[in-house]
Amino acid sequence: MEHIDHLPFIVASYAAAFAVVGALIVWVTLDYRVQRRTLARLESRGVTRRSAAMRSEPTMQQAKEEV
Amino acid sequence: MTLTELANPSRFLAFANRALPWLGGMTVIAFAFGLDMAMNAPNDYQQGATVKIMYLHVPSAWLGMLGWALMSVAALGTLVWRHPLADVAAKAAAPIGAAFTLLCLVTGSLWGRPEWGTYWVWDARLTSELVLFLLYLGVIALWRTVEDPSRAARAAAILTLVGAIDLPIIKFSVDWWNTLHQGSSVFRLGGSTIYPTILIPLLVMALAFTLLFATLHLAAMRNEILRRRVRTFRLMQASAAS
Amino acid sequence: MNPLGALLVRDMRLSIRVGGGALMGVLFFLVVVTLVPFAVGPDLALLKKIGPAILWLAALLASLLALDRLFATDHEDGSLDLLLMSRTPLELVVAVKGVAHWLTTGLPLIVAAPLIGLLLNLDPLAEGTLALTLLVGTPALTFIGLIGAAIAVALRRGGLLLAIIVLPLTVPVLIFGVAAANAAIVGPVPFGTPFTILCALTLASLVIGPFAAAAALRQEME
Repeated sequence: MEHIDHLPFIVASYAAAFAVVGALIVWVTLDYRVQRRTLARLESRGVTRRSAAMRSEPTMQQAKEEV
Repeated sequence: MTLTELANPSRFLAFANRALPWLGGMTVIAFAFGLDMAMNAPNDYQQGATVKIMYLHVPSAWLGMLGWALMSVAALGTLVWRHPLADVAAKAAAPIGAAFTLLCLVTGSLWGRPEWGTYWVWDARLTSELVLFLLYLGVIALWRTVEDPSRAARAAAILTLVGAIDLPIIKFSVDWWNTLHQGSSVFRLGGSTIYPTILIPLLVMALAFTLLFATLHLAAMRNEILRRRVRTFRLMQASAAS
Repeated sequence: MNPLGALLVRDMRLSIRVGGGALMGVLFFLVVVTLVPFAVGPDLALLKKIGPAILWLAALLASLLALDRLFATDHEDGSLDLLLMSRTPLELVVAVKGVAHWLTTGLPLIVAAPLIGLLLNLDPLAEGTLALTLLVGTPALTFIGLIGAAIAVALRRGGLLLAIIVLPLTVPVLIFGVAAANAAIVGPVPFGTPFTILCALTLASLVIGPFAAAAALRQEME
């Protein structure tokens, strides 16, 4: 009897947890897609070559600093 | 400066891409075990079946605090070592910590309805969590107000550290205030002694939630690095065009 | 004159003269307290009971809302850069600016509080203790607010953001300030307990506030 009384609140809690976690997962996934797509579009416009070349130098420098 | 920002994060991106499937898998397995144990755990003799809400409430409360602790460590990284990854870690942690604090408040209030007869009681722990939630929202508002990412990171870092100092004081004040106004009839979430039949599922659920936090945080950090890369590309494009 | 003394005099002059906001805080305080009976009804017994809480809340809002221009005006006219470059430690500069701000906006609040308390049916003892708790507690509000003012210095929506980020941090001061004021009037705890903790909070904020605000200004201005 008591069990039935409490059940809606337990179900609501688990539903809330699924909603919050689901929202976080959707946010993270969609955001990832949007950023990847924007990056791909920018790279296809040819911003890549220059920036990739410039990017490799500090990577080396950073690697040296770390050693 | 923005170039060095891209440098180290590239290696981090590779790491995140490799680690995320593993972390996600471990999270799913931990949740499978945790939820199964929580469903089959016996009811508490005082709280009855509502004790099942604790398996969500307690881990969310823990993650809310873990989130702020993580942001504080990242804030030190931002201010002391000026590490761009620390900025990214702090920014990615804020919405996740806020979401779990909100979940803690929602489950606490759903637990309170059958136990206290009302959705909200100015209970000491719930009230502290509410203030923590407000602090999270303040930090997120700050992140969203300052446009330059590294300046936003430094401002948010200082606010985070001040919050880290103030949070224990807030906790103490709210406890004191609560006993002042409620006397001996303080309601407690949980209970003074937790039996192993309840404690073990709770620990497994806490582990599962922590893994979930780690997965989400890593994924959000990856997004943030990509977002910064997009920003850098756009700035380069703009300077090349001019 | 010693640079800190000069800064104190300058800041106080700026806020007292035309265009400064010295008495705005008190005016705001009066307006908020006047509005409360319209919201809760003119029941004198009830107003007496919640009077200290209302006055504390109004003082909290008044001292924080006045803070948002503290560094912003200096930032706009460039004097903040001079302060940053000076040889005087920035922490002390920030602390002196806080003191000047408190003297021109916090202190008038405390002087006005007993008079405004009359509107809420407070008796002399209650007014005395309330003024005492405000005297001890408002510096903490100003110095916690300094951090927010420094963080929000260069932002367009600084005022609202300042309130959002600072108000949750002031929860302990509010709790112990109101508790101390109430303790002297109705009990049940002795006045000393919350009052000493309030003093401790103020002393802690006098240290943490200037350091955090100075750090924020340095980060912001580079």
